[in-house]
Amino acid sequence: MKVLVSVKRVVDYNVKVRVKSDGSGVDIANVKMSMNPFDEIAIEEAVRLKEKGVVTEVIAVSCGVTQCQETLRTAMAIGADRAILVETAVELQPLAVAKLLKALIDKEQPGLIILGKQAIDDDCNQTGQMLAALADLPQGTFASKVEIVDGKANITREVDGGSETVSLTLPAVITTDLRLNEPRYVTLPNIMKAKKKPLETFTPEALGVDVSPRIKTLKVVEPPKRSAGIKVPDVATLVAKLKTEAKVI
Amino acid sequence: MTSLVIAEHDNASIKGATLNTITAALKCGGDVHVLVAGSNAGVAAAAAAQIAGVAKVLHADADGFAHGLAENVAAQVVAVAASYSHILFPATASGKNVAPRVAAKLDVGQISDITKVDSADTFERPIYAGNAIATVQSLDATKVLTVRTTGFDPAAATGGSAAVEVLTAVGASAQSTFMGSEIAKNDRPELTAAKIIVSGGRALGSSEKFMDVMTPLADKLGAALGASRAAVDAGYAPNDWQVGQTGKIVAPQLYIAAGISGAIQHLAGMKDSKIIVAINKDPEAPIFSVADYGLEADLFVAVPELVAAL
Repeated sequence: MKVLVSVKRVVDYNVKVRVKSDGSGVDIANVKMSMNPFDEIAIEEAVRLKEKGVVTEVIAVSCGVTQCQETLRTAMAIGADRAILVETAVELQPLAVAKLLKALIDKEQPGLIILGKQAIDDDCNQTGQMLAALADLPQGTFASKVEIVDGKANITREVDGGSETVSLTLPAVITTDLRLNEPRYVTLPNIMKAKKKPLETFTPEALGVDVSPRIKTLKVVEPPKRSAGIKVPDVATLVAKLKTEAKVI
Repeated sequence: MTSLVIAEHDNASIKGATLNTITAALKCGGDVHVLVAGSNAGVAAAAAAQIAGVAKVLHADADGFAHGLAENVAAQVVAVAASYSHILFPATASGKNVAPRVAAKLDVGQISDITKVDSADTFERPIYAGNAIATVQSLDATKVLTVRTTGFDPAAATGGSAAVEVLTAVGASAQSTFMGSEIAKNDRPELTAAKIIVSGGRALGSSEKFMDVMTPLADKLGAALGASRAAVDAGYAPNDWQVGQTGKIVAPQLYIAAGISGAIQHLAGMKDSKIIVAINKDPEAPIFSVADYGLEADLFVAVPELVAAL
């Protein structure tokens, strides 16, 4: 069984982005880019399934600009066997990415597709669910545990108030939550090995997918600033302030 | 122009997040209908009909809706979607699970986590963990939206008298089966609906100390308990207590952060709280830059003192 994992190149988790002064977006020129943390968890899970002998091949996919190749090399350093880049300079929205991945599912026929639950740039949390819908597959979103048993995927999902478990027929789409696993550190020998692994490139046109945006960004602004209040010297003052000034207790 | 709100419910009652979503739907203009897809959910449908501002309730009842499986609920929404200009879900775990499935089936883009309705097709939403606010316009005929509940006041739960229309339920998917759930039972308010939240960080040091120190404060204030990602990662608090960019987004009247340094991902989840109190030993902790009242103190001393003083 093959597993397909999608990875997105995003502004690094530790970078605090700045809004451009013309309000057209955030300034991502010259900032550090990394793999979306949830996608790292997705690749790690796929590689662990391969190490357990549950799957035979891990294919990493990224959609976007040429530099996504770096993200794919990282995925292969973690343990993906090969990679596919769908290259375009068009700003890709979740529906477009879901359609591209659907086209690749049709080509590759994987038994599992694993994605991060959301990207930390646009915070959309859509692509996995959209892909499942387009491919008419069951979905196990926000997964904190994945077990493949008797041709089914048993997924423990994080929900409000606790967790729930669903059993899905294969093929199935899974999206990862934070605590599914802890991704390994990539080692230098594995980075070297990853450079030799195959990386195929397609265009959206070659896959027959229309990626034109459905949502137009009109402007991007800084959020209203919350100013710092006061420091209180002790607990008694704090309680007094909460009672008489803020009136919240 | 009519909006459809997908109710979040437990078959017996309507969850609070539905009320905020109805307010957002009313701002889109036109009538607001509510879909209750459940199993033996007649009581929930009747409760939805009481909500102020609701013109009609659609009630679909089948075993397949008992646990809100995305495959089944999305199919039911798609079956009625043609009558609606806007389809809105609360941006909760279940709303986020179902909404994109509906959008993709309708071949439309989705706008997640809206915090403001500017016009029938233009909305505001936070991006980059709330470090930027984007104003976006949908170019599609049907708008599929998830609503960040902290951005909208709840609609009144009573005062309405909408008619309830019973729908023919769609068939259940054979691809997905609900196996079970582990939902923590407690008497505390829900994190996203609580008026007061007390939240603990990594400084608590262990799950025992987290419970020993934070629980009495929550009990005293009738508050919900939250935690920073660091505390959850360390195993001091359950996963679903996490407040932040990828956890719960909250905006209570009072948020007390004890031993939380204030990473941007945490601030993204709580900075819209009305009053923020920070208790931290480190005078340089970023949490102080958003706190209305900062107390520089050891939480192991200050929190019990606070419990005694309340």
